[in-house]
Amino acid sequence: MRIGVVTFPGSLDDRDAARAVRLAGGEAVALWHGDADLKKVDAVILPGGFSYGDYLRCGAISRFAPVMAEVVAAANGGLPVLGICNGFQILCESHLLPGALTRNEHMHFICRDQKLRIEDNTSAWTSSYDAGQEIVVPLKNGEGCFVADTAVLDELEGEGRVIARYLDVNPNGSLRDIAGIRNKRGNVVGLMPHPEHAVEELTGPTIDGLGFFTSVLTSMVNS
Amino acid sequence: MARVVVDVMLKPEILDPQGRAVQGALGRLGFTGVTDVRQGKQFVIEVEGEITDERREQLHAIAGELLCNPVIEDFILIVEEDQ
Repeated sequence: MRIGVVTFPGSLDDRDAARAVRLAGGEAVALWHGDADLKKVDAVILPGGFSYGDYLRCGAISRFAPVMAEVVAAANGGLPVLGICNGFQILCESHLLPGALTRNEHMHFICRDQKLRIEDNTSAWTSSYDAGQEIVVPLKNGEGCFVADTAVLDELEGEGRVIARYLDVNPNGSLRDIAGIRNKRGNVVGLMPHPEHAVEELTGPTIDGLGFFTSVLTSMVNS
Repeated sequence: MARVVVDVMLKPEILDPQGRAVQGALGRLGFTGVTDVRQGKQFVIEVEGEITDERREQLHAIAGELLCNPVIEDFILIVEEDQ
């Protein structure tokens, strides 16, 4: 199972994402923003960071990187794609997911171990979890406030497309405590917190994040 | 040559923490009577030749697809033809 991890100029968490893939039992494949080539991978991760320095808007310039045309086409064809933090912002800018991520309501960059509830375990990236399972993974963002109009929010809720919600504390003002969403088909998932930083007891607060990476490996075996 | 100015603002219903921070700072500086501050972006673009209908359409595409995110922002585009 080959999982591609895209590196943009300014990506930070590509190495951690690749390591999480390996710990979950997959083969991590480095993809480059400037190459319109997915190297025949079975899934793609858009990692966290500050691609293109967050110039213009977070993810706005990455959306037009050569690799993204391939990612968008493949995602529309069913390829599993996970966007974490900056990757989530890129997925929204690319219109693969609805809504937008805006500056944290309280203006502070926040870095904390965050409790989440997995709301939907039918996506390619959440099937290893039980619906309703509570997990703790690191969260670190300055522009993580998820917004969308009421009709879009109601549609996301009605179709079970909110995949994770913040528990105890809403760290950034996201509407309806939304931490992550998926597309209708369930192959594209965007998540603001960082499961790739919670895959080993030595370095993470938990190993709760590993499930995102084992999920996609399982879903590919089953498909 | 023509100069085109695109102003991008967050939609009224979208919270603007930066504008709110500026408003708070104004209060601390003793400026009274400021009831709201919204922060936006201005792009000044220079293009070759005259602004034809086709060029105008292209500029609207630039503004709508790259300069602003229509989910959260609106834009106003003003063409300032050069003398």
